[in-house]
Amino acid sequence: MQATSHAFKENARHALGDPNLQAALGILKRDFAGRRGAAVARLPEFEALRDQGRAIKDHVLENLDFYLERFEAKVSELGGQVHWCANAEEARAVVLAICRGAGARTVTKGKSMISEEIGLNEHLAANGIEPVETDLGEYIIQLRHETPSHIIAPAIHLVKEQVAETFRDAHRHLDPARPLAEPRALCDEARAHMRPRFLAADVGITGANFLIAETGSSIIVTNEGNGDLTQNLTRVHIVLASLEKIVPTLEDASTLLRLLARSATGQEFSTYTTVSSGPRRSEDTDGPEAYHVILLDNGRSNMLGTEFQDILRCIRCGACFNHCPVYGAVGGHAYGWVYGGPMGSVLTPQLVGIQEAGNLPNASTFCGRCESVCPMKIPLPKMMRHWREREFERHLAPGRYRAGLALWAFAVKRPALYRAASALAASVLGRAGRARGRFRALPLAQGWTKGRDLPAPEGKSFMTLWAEREKQRKAS
Amino acid sequence: MAHTSEIASDGNVAPGARVGLFVTCLVDLFRPSVGFAAVKLLEDAGCRVEVPVQSCCGQPAYNSGDRADTKAIALQVMRSFVGCDYVVAPSGSCAGMMRIHYPELFADEPGFLPDVQRFSERVYELVSFLSDVLGVERVIARYDGTAAYHDACSGLRELGVREQPRKLLRGVAGLALKELPGADVCCGFGGTFCVKYPDISERMVSDKIADVMATGADTLLAGDLGCLLNMAGRASRAGRKLRVRHVAEVLADMAQTTPPIGAAAEVR
Repeated sequence: MQATSHAFKENARHALGDPNLQAALGILKRDFAGRRGAAVARLPEFEALRDQGRAIKDHVLENLDFYLERFEAKVSELGGQVHWCANAEEARAVVLAICRGAGARTVTKGKSMISEEIGLNEHLAANGIEPVETDLGEYIIQLRHETPSHIIAPAIHLVKEQVAETFRDAHRHLDPARPLAEPRALCDEARAHMRPRFLAADVGITGANFLIAETGSSIIVTNEGNGDLTQNLTRVHIVLASLEKIVPTLEDASTLLRLLARSATGQEFSTYTTVSSGPRRSEDTDGPEAYHVILLDNGRSNMLGTEFQDILRCIRCGACFNHCPVYGAVGGHAYGWVYGGPMGSVLTPQLVGIQEAGNLPNASTFCGRCESVCPMKIPLPKMMRHWREREFERHLAPGRYRAGLALWAFAVKRPALYRAASALAASVLGRAGRARGRFRALPLAQGWTKGRDLPAPEGKSFMTLWAEREKQRKAS
Repeated sequence: MAHTSEIASDGNVAPGARVGLFVTCLVDLFRPSVGFAAVKLLEDAGCRVEVPVQSCCGQPAYNSGDRADTKAIALQVMRSFVGCDYVVAPSGSCAGMMRIHYPELFADEPGFLPDVQRFSERVYELVSFLSDVLGVERVIARYDGTAAYHDACSGLRELGVREQPRKLLRGVAGLALKELPGADVCCGFGGTFCVKYPDISERMVSDKIADVMATGADTLLAGDLGCLLNMAGRASRAGRKLRVRHVAEVLADMAQTTPPIGAAAEVR
């Protein structure tokens, strides 16, 4: 996927003016935060679980090579195969080779952000293999030729009327006058469309919420059951996972699962939690004949040992999206690449470069709500600040901004000068704004005054008034 | 850095504790009344208030990735407040910078870190200082109105300022306090954010003012002037009748003598 993160400001302006998107985001802001809050309130040990979860992932990240090799050995023992892929290109090539080897014409797909990251659908289609997204949200955006706008709710940017329109356009064989106003009708239609495709597909591709070193298993969670049909009805199951998905044991995965759904949707557990361990054994009644795991690095191992390592604890619950006021204002597409929201603002600069994605870690008020809800206690604002430090070191911020900052710092480091400047500004602006108490427009402050007034200073600076008071005190 | 005078080890404040007021650059420039409200509250509680030479806590540099200037500013601030038992700011944002982020800045400098930590643990946001450290239970103040209280982000999430202002406000005669839905959601100020991303900032503050108006409150209070300037500016532009004030002005019973933020002086 071609990143447009450099165009974040334009993307954001477009998003702010899109009434459908704004309506959809209104629902997201209201529902997701409320549901998570209620689920957390019902679980007294939630805070303790967060600490446990963090400890599990920190331990894994300190011993990543050990657990990955252990995982690979287990998968091989079970008759599966692990493919180590350094980048997107390698991962695409391996998936294509497996599909070709299976003589695949269509592949069904469960929801996978790694698939988005490596641009898999375009690559398969360009090579004559039809990818069929089976997650409802993913299916909708596939029909619309869009990308996910949220890591767990890919079509959250749409209102149901837009989905109905998309279905009418795509499913031409159905009665054009059929009622599609209710979400239930949309679900039923997608389900009817999907069934034969599950049966016809040759290869099933899913993501992974966790990989388990101890058992060589992968775990996915879904609410639609589409993942199970994807991986059990096909002859070949390919799991796409980035390397930080690994956890030591099934017990560890259980701890993280208790955090995941509560943080994501406010459910105690997702509807389906599916553990896959290798291909079908002789005693199994179903399951794929072949089981492959794509282990993607794509720049992540470069984050180990740096100030960005903590982002690799992320379990992709989306809570930071749902609680971020910036995401809530502009939605996911504005971020211009696969991952949006606060976690995307930290991860994207690593994966596509800070020159491309510099806007993302800057577009934060550092309100800290993301970190406060993150089940893995990832210090997201702190890491966004670290990206700003990298930018500052490399002089990547706009020249005007840097010059302004330098001038400001020069004055701040000279308190007498600063005090005089502040007193002067208070006096000049105070006199100019006294009549109304505020400014409707002010040179150099157009960004502010476009949509809000600037309250006027009272007239004298505090330091001036304090000096006057001290003088009077001494005199009396 | 020299050591400061000792604080009683049981955590109680000795009478006449020397409190250095960190005015904050926004209060200095825009709204000295907030500074004087802080002085009154601290003096009423028995503190000796001093105002050392100062400029800014360094947050704009810190959040712009400029660590070298931030460190220089931090050292300057710490030197200015030598001799104070406490450093108190009428802002959770500046207090959070000095209390939480200064030690982070010097985490890799063992030569400085102990002194920085000794400084940082003496820094407090005003209302939590009154409530948690000085044990102030009630203020003598009157304010006729219905107020919504917005939790400014840094105070809330970095310093745990939540119940303290509400508790003290409940003791203000004539004041009815309304709980604001989404009180913990950012207003969109964010320091340099509102300058770098004005469109997004404007949407956030518009949503905030809509939430405030929906409570039926006629007054909006918060503990950080940056947020207050932002919210007052949006409310007046949108033609909303809303009196916006720093919580300290109400607690210090100074609302009578100063017009609300962004209102003309004649309103007095």
